[in-house]
Amino acid sequence: MRVFLLNLILAISWSALTGNATLVNFCFGFFIGYLALRVSPKIPEGTKYFQRLPRLIRLASFFIQELVLSSLRATIEVFSPKLQSRPLVVRIPLEITDQTQIFILANLISLTPGTVVLEITPDNSELFVHTMFVDDPDIFREEIHLGFEKRVREAFS
Amino acid sequence: MVFDEVFIAALLLVGSLFGFSAALGLLRMPDFYTRMSTSGKAATLCCGLLLGGVAAMFHDTQVTARAVAALLFLLFTVPIGVHMIARAAYRVGTPMWRGRTAKPRFKNPKRDLK
Repeated sequence: MRVFLLNLILAISWSALTGNATLVNFCFGFFIGYLALRVSPKIPEGTKYFQRLPRLIRLASFFIQELVLSSLRATIEVFSPKLQSRPLVVRIPLEITDQTQIFILANLISLTPGTVVLEITPDNSELFVHTMFVDDPDIFREEIHLGFEKRVREAFS
Repeated sequence: MVFDEVFIAALLLVGSLFGFSAALGLLRMPDFYTRMSTSGKAATLCCGLLLGGVAAMFHDTQVTARAVAALLFLLFTVPIGVHMIARAAYRVGTPMWRGRTAKPRFKNPKRDLK
């Protein structure tokens, strides 16, 4: 967290010094700050942050890709003359146990169109997910495990 | 310059298309859960694209900052609201539509776990 704040300060000072406070320039300053911190010797608790940031970016880009793909599918479904979807409620056993990670996973699933988390069992071991475009529950479980769950675990552990 | 305008127009148009599909989904879908799925969250992408288009159009720090903040708050609040409402519906056993050809077409989701 301290390293992240340091990186943020570097990005802010980059924007201030170049006198250009647009979002693109800020992101560029953040990137330069990241590189500068990365090559500087001996930052305590630094290595964890350096591994985590690329993984967070990978999770974010994967999420945006999923969001766009499933939004397109939902839009096609809404505009098609006969409804094609076959909604199901799928039970997904979780491998992650950490509360924060489950919270983030459930929110990401709820945010993609076509899937809603209906219930989390009280012992945090299963999610019940309402899906619209799934033919085979096993394939869907596998997709969540290898897609969102794996990336969330990598980014937040 | 022309490229900028085309880009912004594309963002706004595609964003409105998703907004329209969300509104249409609210009318067309047969049950509570599918209505929630198609409307509640096509709105996420719709708002994201519209806010992005506005930020790109004004090209101004204040506007960009507000667009980013609005988008972040949407991303934090929408899934929680959706989850809470859907969970309430699930717990009281609101019937779920199971597809055009399925028999029976509506069923309590608690008795239909896969």
